[in-house]
Amino acid sequence: MKNDILTVIWKERKGLFRIRGRRAQALLGMFSPVLLAIFLPLQEGVEWVQSPLSLLLAFVAPLILVGISIPDSFAGERERHTLPTLLASRLSDRAILFGKMITSVAFGWGVTLVLLAIGLVTVNVAHWGGPILFYKPSILLAGLAFSFLVAMLTAGAGVLFSLRAATAQEAQQTLMAVLLIPPMILQFVVFAIMGSDSGKARFQEVLSALSFEQVILVIVAVLLVLDLGLLMAAMSRFKRARLILG
Amino acid sequence: MTETAIRIENLTRDFETVRAVDGLSLEVPSGIIFGFLGPNGAGKTTTINLLLGLLEPTSGRAEVLGFDTRTQPDEVRTRTGALLEHSGVYEQLSAEDNLEFYGRIWRMPATERQARIKELLSHMGVWERRKESVGTWSKGMKQKLALARAMLHRPPLVFLDEPTAGLDVMAAATVRDDLEALAAREGVTVFLTTHNMAEAERLCAQVAVIREGSLVALGDPDDLRARSGGPRLEIVGRGFNESALQLLRARPEVVAAEVQNQHLEIDLREETDTAPLVSLMVSAGVAVEEVRRGKASLEEVFLTLMEEQR
Repeated sequence: MKNDILTVIWKERKGLFRIRGRRAQALLGMFSPVLLAIFLPLQEGVEWVQSPLSLLLAFVAPLILVGISIPDSFAGERERHTLPTLLASRLSDRAILFGKMITSVAFGWGVTLVLLAIGLVTVNVAHWGGPILFYKPSILLAGLAFSFLVAMLTAGAGVLFSLRAATAQEAQQTLMAVLLIPPMILQFVVFAIMGSDSGKARFQEVLSALSFEQVILVIVAVLLVLDLGLLMAAMSRFKRARLILG
Repeated sequence: MTETAIRIENLTRDFETVRAVDGLSLEVPSGIIFGFLGPNGAGKTTTINLLLGLLEPTSGRAEVLGFDTRTQPDEVRTRTGALLEHSGVYEQLSAEDNLEFYGRIWRMPATERQARIKELLSHMGVWERRKESVGTWSKGMKQKLALARAMLHRPPLVFLDEPTAGLDVMAAATVRDDLEALAAREGVTVFLTTHNMAEAERLCAQVAVIREGSLVALGDPDDLRARSGGPRLEIVGRGFNESALQLLRARPEVVAAEVQNQHLEIDLREETDTAPLVSLMVSAGVAVEEVRRGKASLEEVFLTLMEEQR
């Protein structure tokens, strides 16, 4: 199956930057992460590499990048009527699924790493103070893990939404809406808690009881569980008969 | 390869309340172009999906190249090529990359793959345009590319689902020519669905006609024409009159005689000597310019079959 997955990756990679009619949309999608990777380091200076601020980029960038590429890869393939021919070939369902997911995740994760590097260069150039600044090891590790797990999460959810959507655009919109709702709810909850003095005190108490590494581990564990769940769901739903009828 | 490329036994497929394929049974011999004819919605595409193992039958079974489509679908897909309802070409890729991708899927060695791509694209007359993005190509050229893709790995059997549908006359003719030449050269069995009767008549050694998922006729086009419409005589000329027609209709070998635009069409009961009928017309004052013997066209047979099933 390895060779079949590599074959699908070969094709996906060729088509990744040639999304016909959606080039402007793809460029627009790239614009926000690139802006974050330059603007925030410029504004925050040394804090960018010392505080968890850069983790924002590790969360947002793969979500946007994979959120664009995965619906195009799955719903777009059906929309362009190329999926039935692919399904009529000797490729297994798993080879097609994994080949497409790996390409999107590698694209989203790879570009995010490049953006983190751009942020680092920006800080060093704009706030040069002698020694070369580098991310704190725990921040860097968390950034690597976060960006990969968020890319996987978006890919898994993207497959499921793409299987139900009529077009790639519909899948992209639904995916983005659904993935952005939980962080927004979390933000509202945090604001609500922080609104009262007792809530604020309790929140700070909980936070101070946990180390940065413990918080990161909890988030990684939650993302890992979500990723595995979504991957299993995608594997069970990405079946020929279902796709032909869809 | 087995003598029978496809064996279908009582194949049925339901979609909720709709029966798309209804107890279909037939055999397709190896090495021929087999026409699978039927109107829109007759179940042709569903049958192809069942034969490729993309759908499971509700009941019945099918064997393709000796493999059961329900239990060995991977074996079937490994040994067949397909041009389905849509060309399925990747418009953002070049023609060469489209074939390269499928060549890799079929695990063709790199040198063989490249030679075969050149051979097919040259045969189709598009080798010089192989680096162009397929999105810029005409529909006819895309169909040619899709045909090349279906034949790329030299499968013993290819499924072609209306390969000339939606093409202009010229494009359809070139795709048909390519198909005929490739099939003859490579000895491949072709399962061809179409509702273009002239195409089926020209290309197919055998045809099956289905309506509402059921088989209504099976045989070679000549047999079907002979079975569904008797021999026919066509006289082109001037001066056809009612008394001449009455004389003609009184003859025992004549079933019917009608005049349309200086064409007298006579349906005969059986193959017979037609000289007396021509003499009769001449003696009745008809100026005969041309006489043709013939049989009903496949299109007429098809229309008759569809009418009978109503």
